[in-house]
Amino acid sequence: MLHAYLMFAARMRAVLLLVISGATMAAAPALAQVAEHRLANGLRVIVKEDHRAPTVVSMVWYKAGSMDEFNGTTGVAHVLEHMMFKGTRNVPAGEFSKVVAAAGGRENAFTFRDYTAYHEQLHKSQLPLAFRLEADRMANLVLTKEEFDKEIKVVMEERRLRTEDRPQGLLYEQLMATAFTSHPYRSPVIGWMNDLENMTWNDAREWYERWYAPNNAIVVVVGDVNAAEVFKLAEQHFGAIKPKALPERKPQDEPVQLGIRRVSVKAPAELPSLMMAYRAPSLRDPERDSEPYALEMLAGVLDGHDAARLGSALVRTEKIATAVGAGYDSTQRGPAMFIISGVPSAGKTVAELEQALRRELAKIVSDGVNEQELKRVKSQVIAAQVFQRDSMFFQAMQIGSLETSDYPHQSMDIMLRKLQQVSAAQVQEVARKYLVDDNLTIAVLDPQPLAGRKPVAAPTGLRHGQ
Amino acid sequence: MDNKMRKLWCVLVLWIAAVPAHALLPIQHWQAKSGARVYFVESRDLPMLDVSVDFPAGSVFDTAAKSGLAALTASMLKLGAGGLSEDEIARRIADTGAQLGGRFENDRAGMSLRTLTSSEELKQALDILARIVQRPEFPAAVLEREKARIIAGIKESDTKPETILARNFGAMIYGSHAYGLRSSGEVATVATLTREDVMGFYRRHYTSDHAVVSIMGNLPRAAAEALAEQVTAVLPRAGAPAVISAVPDLARAVSRAFPHPATQSHLMMGAPGIKRDDPDYFPLFVGNYVLGGGGFVSRITEEVRSKRGLAYSAYSYFSPLQERGPFVIGLQTRKDQAAQALDVVRATLGEFLAQGPTEDELAKAKQNIIGGFPLRIDSNRKILDYLGVIGFYKLPLTYLDDFVTNVEKVTTIDIKNAFARRVNPERMVTVIVGADDVAPAAAGAKP
Repeated sequence: MLHAYLMFAARMRAVLLLVISGATMAAAPALAQVAEHRLANGLRVIVKEDHRAPTVVSMVWYKAGSMDEFNGTTGVAHVLEHMMFKGTRNVPAGEFSKVVAAAGGRENAFTFRDYTAYHEQLHKSQLPLAFRLEADRMANLVLTKEEFDKEIKVVMEERRLRTEDRPQGLLYEQLMATAFTSHPYRSPVIGWMNDLENMTWNDAREWYERWYAPNNAIVVVVGDVNAAEVFKLAEQHFGAIKPKALPERKPQDEPVQLGIRRVSVKAPAELPSLMMAYRAPSLRDPERDSEPYALEMLAGVLDGHDAARLGSALVRTEKIATAVGAGYDSTQRGPAMFIISGVPSAGKTVAELEQALRRELAKIVSDGVNEQELKRVKSQVIAAQVFQRDSMFFQAMQIGSLETSDYPHQSMDIMLRKLQQVSAAQVQEVARKYLVDDNLTIAVLDPQPLAGRKPVAAPTGLRHGQ
Repeated sequence: MDNKMRKLWCVLVLWIAAVPAHALLPIQHWQAKSGARVYFVESRDLPMLDVSVDFPAGSVFDTAAKSGLAALTASMLKLGAGGLSEDEIARRIADTGAQLGGRFENDRAGMSLRTLTSSEELKQALDILARIVQRPEFPAAVLEREKARIIAGIKESDTKPETILARNFGAMIYGSHAYGLRSSGEVATVATLTREDVMGFYRRHYTSDHAVVSIMGNLPRAAAEALAEQVTAVLPRAGAPAVISAVPDLARAVSRAFPHPATQSHLMMGAPGIKRDDPDYFPLFVGNYVLGGGGFVSRITEEVRSKRGLAYSAYSYFSPLQERGPFVIGLQTRKDQAAQALDVVRATLGEFLAQGPTEDELAKAKQNIIGGFPLRIDSNRKILDYLGVIGFYKLPLTYLDDFVTNVEKVTTIDIKNAFARRVNPERMVTVIVGADDVAPAAAGAKP
């Protein structure tokens, strides 16, 4: 599952690097240690004991992300995330952070396409505090116009910082907006600026009332705790919260793509760059599916480590690019994309780089991959399994993101096994089947002199913090 | 919250105080035969090992004429060494599943390795680490390619407001001191760097007697000793350490504004701050938590973000180095709000300098820093980072054990006095990028 892991890390990087400097990679097997309990109100509590240090990470995940938004109020999932720190009937605005800080804790939150999550890292003795505060804001949030009017300005500053003024952010935003026709993944997590400008506190309130309920949430705890005690604590704090009738979720499947799509983005920059997104299947049935695992391995063969194909061929040997990348994330609620990206070397054009990238992909379609390079990617998967156990935060991230993207956390073991079983022929086959022009959207950054206008784009995830 | 919280906090402090010295982190320290200083924590919890080898070889050892040489040298280490090509090195590392990393800072440069401790993988990964640290070859063709990539990166970076801000800020607070040089180098200087330059820099700065080897993880002591020899034994010795000159105070306040088409202005204020072994370190560290370091609860975040919605991120920090690292206050805000945000930050700083923190603020800062202490050392990666800092800056082995005591000792008066000594608004630099509309007037204003 390296690929799941590599992509997972990549998807989080924008978000997480800022939290834990030196965050390690990935997940943990030892699933025997994971215990789960469901409260009568539908809240699920998942605990992974890790006794290496006297600390704990507590997360509350809501299955409500930007993909659940409607046109006109894009970005509301993330705006509500900010408002969750602005007071409840019991805790005044701004107090949440102060109380956690005074308990020696760190707290923050993040919003992605599939979910919104809130987290605290604390000494283990402080877990009750985290539960008390999270249970309180699950049910008792007070949204006022006054606080909203200030915070929406902060969110617009965040959009300026991450997207408006960042060429790579704009490029990615335009790539997604072009590659998807009907699926809400076409909108950025932070929302379109005009939607933010016209958002009201009532939009945020409606979002909270629709999705914030124990039967739409999962509590994940990793750390030096006893699972049975955590379940008891969860009953005590979250048990009395009433469940809600949740709205129906429509599939919103994409119509078939009818040919290659191209988009260009002008922004102040020195170098052009290129992103190529191929539509690809997501994992639906971890036990029975095979293609998503082959696509994960394909991404690993192309860019899973320093010796992988794209960097070796295009950056080091041919010197046509200064940077290249490939990524695919199989685990999400909506449709997946297999994304290739690159920056041409001085004197080379994006068209030349595009041809070179296509040539590397064509080689895999025609000649396949060799056993040695497949084995190398599988070695990454095995090692990552161990390395990721160094980070409690990451282990909690992995459980929560899988669960809110509709995969039981137990599927981690299945996914690892299935990744190890991928054959060279399967990798070649998914390359042949999915890396075709009719699935492709290409976005090109067209650099403009600084004296010109407007900058660019942003990452998929957003965080509340700095 | 208060009573209950205070009780919990007391429990925590007692818990920490009850831990005997060295039990928090049993650091083993010795000097290898090569002269390298070794710092080791053995942990059998996970079948993995983290190692780093650092040298006094950061960007402070660059000269203006050859700016970028230190970074180029560090980045070339793994691109051909010990008879292996860059691709062969990459393949051998990938085959083990190990991860090779580099460190490059103002003072330090080095390599790190994270590997499984199963015997075959460990052996192969350490063999590669030993080669790239001690026998880099700096192949000429690779060097030219990397120079081209670095130059492209600098040109790209120079279009970004945060880069324009940082490089001008550094140059303005450090003048001709090498801390003011951009670590990547400049387009013109990188272009002139030769293989001889790189080899000379390597020979001077990657020496065994100034090497710091940090080891964290699943290894017996004897194997750790062998490892330390293996990765440093054939390095040259240098004798006297390279000297970093002292950083003078700024003579006066200086403000500059730069145009940029971005929708936000990026602002930075600051001055040379403190050295790693500065006696004011703890008062400034704790005080800065209150001023702008404590995330959502700091005064700067409260005034700029929470009360006024002016910025997503607003902060202050001290970055202590061998000599005086910078003190920085920064934020980004919509252009037409830049002057207002600058006024708010200046007023916030001014009030903090005049009054110091309140007793309540200090108590809460201590609660966070002391109560959160276990979070600082709850993973191998974090512990490795501490070993590296303790080793490189020659901090006492009891640094982490003393940390809580040192924080606990700080008083409001200590903080006020330390800030008065170290932060003088009459001698600070202010830089605004993206100031074409409103900000030049503000930038030119007296603090």
